Amino acid sequence: MDAVTLARIQFGFTVSFHFIFPAFSIGLASYLFVLEALWLRTGKGVYANLYRYWLKIFAVAFGMGVVSGLVMSYQFGTNWSVFSTRAGPIIGPLMAYEVLTAFFLEAGFLGVMLFGMRKVGKGLHFFATSMVALGTLISATWIISVNSWMQTPVGYALNAKGQFVPAGSWARIIFNPSFPFRLVHTVIGAYLTTALVVGGVGAWHLLKDRANPGARTMFSMAMWMAALVAPIQILAGDAHGLNTLEHQPAKVLAMEGDYQPSPHGAPLVLFGLPSNAEGRMRFAVEIPKLGSLILKHDPNAPLPGLLDFPKDRWPPAPIVFWSFRIMVGLGLAMLGLGVWSLIARMRGRLYDWRWLHRAAVAMGPAGFIAVLAGWVTTEVGRQPYTIYGLMLTAQSHSPLAAPAVAASLIAFVLVYFLAFGAGGYYLLHMMAKPPEPGETEPPRTPQRAGGLVPAHGVDPVPQPAE
Amino acid sequence: MGMHIDLTVVWAFIIAFAVFAYVAMDGFDLGIGILFPSFKVGAERDQAMTAIAPVWDGNETWLVMGGGGLLAAFPLAYAVVLTATYPLMIAMLLGLVFRGVAFEFRWRDARHRALWDTAFCIGSIIAALSQGIALGALLQGVKVANGAYAGGWLDWLSPFSLLTGAAVVVGYALLGATWIVWKTEGFAQAHARRLALWLGAGTLLALAAVSAATPFLAFDYWRRWFAMPGVLLTAQVPLLTAITGGVLFWSLRRGADRAPFLMALTLFLMAFIGLGISLFPYIVPRAITIWDAAAPPQSQAFMLVGAVIIIPLILAYTGWAYWVFRGKVDEHGHH
Repeated sequence: MDAVTLARIQFGFTVSFHFIFPAFSIGLASYLFVLEALWLRTGKGVYANLYRYWLKIFAVAFGMGVVSGLVMSYQFGTNWSVFSTRAGPIIGPLMAYEVLTAFFLEAGFLGVMLFGMRKVGKGLHFFATSMVALGTLISATWIISVNSWMQTPVGYALNAKGQFVPAGSWARIIFNPSFPFRLVHTVIGAYLTTALVVGGVGAWHLLKDRANPGARTMFSMAMWMAALVAPIQILAGDAHGLNTLEHQPAKVLAMEGDYQPSPHGAPLVLFGLPSNAEGRMRFAVEIPKLGSLILKHDPNAPLPGLLDFPKDRWPPAPIVFWSFRIMVGLGLAMLGLGVWSLIARMRGRLYDWRWLHRAAVAMGPAGFIAVLAGWVTTEVGRQPYTIYGLMLTAQSHSPLAAPAVAASLIAFVLVYFLAFGAGGYYLLHMMAKPPEPGETEPPRTPQRAGGLVPAHGVDPVPQPAE
Repeated sequence: MGMHIDLTVVWAFIIAFAVFAYVAMDGFDLGIGILFPSFKVGAERDQAMTAIAPVWDGNETWLVMGGGGLLAAFPLAYAVVLTATYPLMIAMLLGLVFRGVAFEFRWRDARHRALWDTAFCIGSIIAALSQGIALGALLQGVKVANGAYAGGWLDWLSPFSLLTGAAVVVGYALLGATWIVWKTEGFAQAHARRLALWLGAGTLLALAAVSAATPFLAFDYWRRWFAMPGVLLTAQVPLLTAITGGVLFWSLRRGADRAPFLMALTLFLMAFIGLGISLFPYIVPRAITIWDAAAPPQSQAFMLVGAVIIIPLILAYTGWAYWVFRGKVDEHGHH
């Protein structure tokens, strides 16, 4: 394999692994914010216990997000130095703002959030939780802006060195055409991912003990989230798709598997085997006119096909076509779970409908798969460009020999599977323990000095065993 | 208004500040990782871990700031330096992955705690060593042609870069030992004090060796340090370093708690100023100046607005977080 292919595999591998953690911690930080707020408002011990239960899990997941994210901030320079030199003047400041406004905020308050329960007052501790949650959202905003600019670049000029430099207002660059859609879709995706994990864990424990108050509360909260947010996500995804059709038509045509132009309305291809080599779908199962109805909201609206574009500017349609279907299929399953939970709630069977709980357990990891499939769709769909329409991926990589990139790729694969494999195992292990009254704080939480007296209804916290 | 502020110089100082903040803060927690095997299993290791657990993440964020800031303000330098030191950067990142996850994992898995403690130590050593070797590689110069790195992928390897690598490992270990002196009492503190004496001697020796070797790398360095009348100023750096070293040993023998760490930091500051004298205004020595690498003024100005407002805020709440966890970690590993 050549250096550019290896560099792409490396970036895809490290960024996919990385995004698993923020997809979870963005939602979990907000969930912790809600739990602590509810505890402060109601004084109910169940919220404090759930807060502590999920805080320990958050600590492990967040740590893995930090170190895998650190890798990303250097991947641009190590493997994509030409891209960095040329796009640095535009994407660099946005990423620098991410560090300044988000990473420091998260890191600065994380210590107090994790270990400071007995060091600062309740109000200050809640403030620390809020700042960590806010930090995750600010971080998502900046990095999605960067990614969106690479998808829909505006507000730039080229200087004498061939660099993309800002021309005019930074607001145009930050709020580039695909940014609002991608941001909403990504953040909701993170919330749904977390809701499914929390719901899955709650359901797991309800299957063993349907009286566990922590399991009941977390399951109920998670199912509300799924029921309310899954339909919003589907609408947001639809709007995002229309935006993509406007700015990156070839990507949408690859997602839909439309090689042939459809002057009288495009069908919706349900399944099939796209072939870029042959320039057609094989074994297509399609519904006439539905494609145009979805994309143009008019069954007879004409749509172009990939054949309208030069072949060397096509994204690899087989990957995009299938990753898109995985994401949509899982999204519909999430909607189904949400609706089912509403029916169970109406019938008063939310906590004892065992098939619902089994389904929620099965859907626990679905968010991660959907989120990764979505990113594969949008990133592979941007090919063959790094900056859409302007800079080819094949012209973006570092002047490195293939063996150097291959060796580092192998090292990343080994280290990630070892470190994050162990981390995943620990997370599952923690989630397998039921939430209990008197849930412990993270290990090594300072216990001596303090001003925090446990609120009414919270069991005194025992010393961690370790 | 005749005032003309050169944004590029301002940004060079901001990046230098971020790098020094990184070295000062992550230096001591990497140093504790480097020294970890010498701590007794049980209370002493738990104390060492607790002394850094609430702050390590913030410390490491300065590395992201250094990298992100470099990409934003000096994209060409970011591209050239990271390509030139490619295997080192990959090794550093993987080392940081291992040590970063060990913070949480060691509490989660008592059966494999020894394994994660080893990962914490080896990861810290690899990260420190890679940073030190990369510094040496930069000082000895990298091959640049047509605005891109033009050397091979092992050009960084030389006796000099290995020397700077070792120097950084020893120096970080000194920061770690003196941090433990500050944050603990009893057995752990006494042990760290003994370590700090040896490491202090090692750091001074390493500084002297690197300083002696640098002027021979290129005539430019020689001229910067020894030409009249500049030598009257540059000579102050080794002089102050020697005084700082003296105070370090005196404070360690006298049983002071905080002074050893502050003196160790001052040693790093002196080394950092020395590097500034050797490098400025080059960002890649003798190949790329800060002006060659600079992003356009619109980019630098846009970021400067944020940096001027936000960096003081960051320093304020980071300071607050340190203040919350002030005081000694007791023998049960609690603050």
